[in-house]
Amino acid sequence: MVRNPSNRAQFRPGDHDAEHFLLTTVVGSYPKPTWLNTVKELSEDPDAAFDDADLAEAYDDAARVITREHERAGLDTVVDGEMRREEMVEYFAHRIPGYEFNGPVKVWGHNYFDKPSVVSEVEYDDPWLLDEFEFAADVATRPVKVPITGPYTLARWSFNEAYDDTAALAYDLANLVNEEIKGLVDAGARYVQIDEPALATTPDDHHIVGESMERIVDGVPEDVRICLHVCYGDYSRIYPEINDFPIDEFDVELCNDGYEQIDVFRAPEFEPDLALGVVDVHDPEVESVAEIKGNIRQGLEVVSPDRLTVSPDCGVKLLPREVAYQKIANMVQAAREVEAELDAGEIEVAAPKS
Amino acid sequence: MTELVATTPGLFPLPDWAKSEFSELKGRQKADLISGDESDQVVSAYGRARAEVVDDQFEAGLDRIVEGQLRWDDMIAHPLTVHDNVETGGISRYYDNNNFYRNPRVVGELTRSGDVAADLSAALELFDDAAPLQAVLPGPHSLADLATDDHYGDDREFLSAVADFLAGEVESFPAHETLFLLEPSLVANPPGDDLAAAVPEAIDAVAGATDADVVVHTYFGALEEKTYAHLMDADVAAFGLDLVAADREQTVYNAVEYGVTGDVALGVADGQNTLVESAETLRERAEWFTEQVPATDFETVYLSTNTETFYLPINKHRAKLSALATAAGLDREVTA
Repeated sequence: MVRNPSNRAQFRPGDHDAEHFLLTTVVGSYPKPTWLNTVKELSEDPDAAFDDADLAEAYDDAARVITREHERAGLDTVVDGEMRREEMVEYFAHRIPGYEFNGPVKVWGHNYFDKPSVVSEVEYDDPWLLDEFEFAADVATRPVKVPITGPYTLARWSFNEAYDDTAALAYDLANLVNEEIKGLVDAGARYVQIDEPALATTPDDHHIVGESMERIVDGVPEDVRICLHVCYGDYSRIYPEINDFPIDEFDVELCNDGYEQIDVFRAPEFEPDLALGVVDVHDPEVESVAEIKGNIRQGLEVVSPDRLTVSPDCGVKLLPREVAYQKIANMVQAAREVEAELDAGEIEVAAPKS
Repeated sequence: MTELVATTPGLFPLPDWAKSEFSELKGRQKADLISGDESDQVVSAYGRARAEVVDDQFEAGLDRIVEGQLRWDDMIAHPLTVHDNVETGGISRYYDNNNFYRNPRVVGELTRSGDVAADLSAALELFDDAAPLQAVLPGPHSLADLATDDHYGDDREFLSAVADFLAGEVESFPAHETLFLLEPSLVANPPGDDLAAAVPEAIDAVAGATDADVVVHTYFGALEEKTYAHLMDADVAAFGLDLVAADREQTVYNAVEYGVTGDVALGVADGQNTLVESAETLRERAEWFTEQVPATDFETVYLSTNTETFYLPINKHRAKLSALATAAGLDREVTA
């Protein structure tokens, strides 16, 4: 069952002057400044005069720059662009006892990731994201969203040497995610996004993700907004099942295929808030404000404006930085213009009223 | 008496140095992948990598040596993605894995290319007659399934054209002892009723182009009963069967119910998990199958990974090769 979508009100800026409010956000990742990559390479070169302290300073600087870049784009909720993370499974596996690394494996072409192996029971040790969140929250003047790779993806995109099956591993990992979220909540986090792209590849496992979500939110206060992001798949194979998940918001990528799948969510009625991808993260052409407004209106076919969140399809890290920024800035402007048109009664909303 | 032969279905991971070298030399984007007209520098790097994976197989003690298919950036879709009359389309998911390939869009007649033959000849030059060469190709159903037909316009005609294309490639091959035709789509996306009977014909067309023993290797689970029954019409030395996937009981059922080829290739080592099975475990898995298929005295049992091993980090890949070779050598001749 949907948790408490009314917790979105806390993210409405105090000076928001429209009657309607479309929450604008991002999925998480952002292109790294070139100099950060250079510093990282230098820090790994024993002959260079860069050490771990220099790298840590560079991460802080990059996180500061990107958090503010998000604010400059006008987003209501911001992320540090995941500046300290290289890859969504690796980053967490390095922090979870029970994982080991054996070397890079192919994803496609000459793109690889260090796919980890689970070799013993996974455990919670030090916090995974507390430093990242506290730093971004300190820098930001807007609420900070925390993206966390979901337990199903952490299980599915690892080699499992230790557990009987993916479900058993995912449930243990979900318990760890729950512990992590509680720590983040204690530190002030109010918006957590669980990234489960692996579900798109194996949609028949939606029950494992549902059960994992139950564990993830156990004991997490209802004023903490819980979002689930799933991208690049056949949503008809996981909907309407996700209506039973204990989440506040479901974030989807639909811009990529021109909203061919939008009707999937129209019947039965969509229950959580909808976070809709309105810019394509795999196309370097920046969508115009007018085009994005048209995309936002696709979301109004599914949910009423007070339940619509606006975001890019997925993380924007593969785009050139200036393109990523302009897409987000245009997205925010489009949302603000749609809000004004809704206030003026110029937009007809097809979705059922909440 | 049964001969146990340790082998693999090919498609090895690149050595780690080659992963980074090719990322630098070729790039990481769709347009940077293999096209069939690589620079001398790229050809040379592939040569070094090929020599290394051939050495790995000798060191492990495998009974069949594959070329490794290191140039196959698009996995088993490769023979089409380098073809002149094929355009590479969008990035598609490779079965249910977190791997992707360029979808080949066939826009003209599929004439022979000789691309795979050149790689096999290069491999053979490295070891001559020191061990038998095993050639590897996608099976016709899988290659057609992974591609988009914008030329032939009819599924049956397209399958037949793909089979003829593959047969043409085989005719260009240097001497080889075995030919593995990789057919994961027979499991993952089995042919419908309209196409099922044409699959064994297509396989025969490819198999007829070589005197080598042909193995139709299936994986990602068990074959559906109907697909298996149709496959029995194919005139090949062996089926390759996945004994790692959870539905392996279905595989035994198929073999008992519909019979099986005189030789068999058993996917006993998990090509998608870093857990390295002991040689004893691999043998037990093989015996679990052969002992349940009564009245069948297999002449040759190939012990193999179930899937390609490019999914693995290189150290675990090498460990799996050794385990397979050890498993086959535990007791060189057994009664099936």
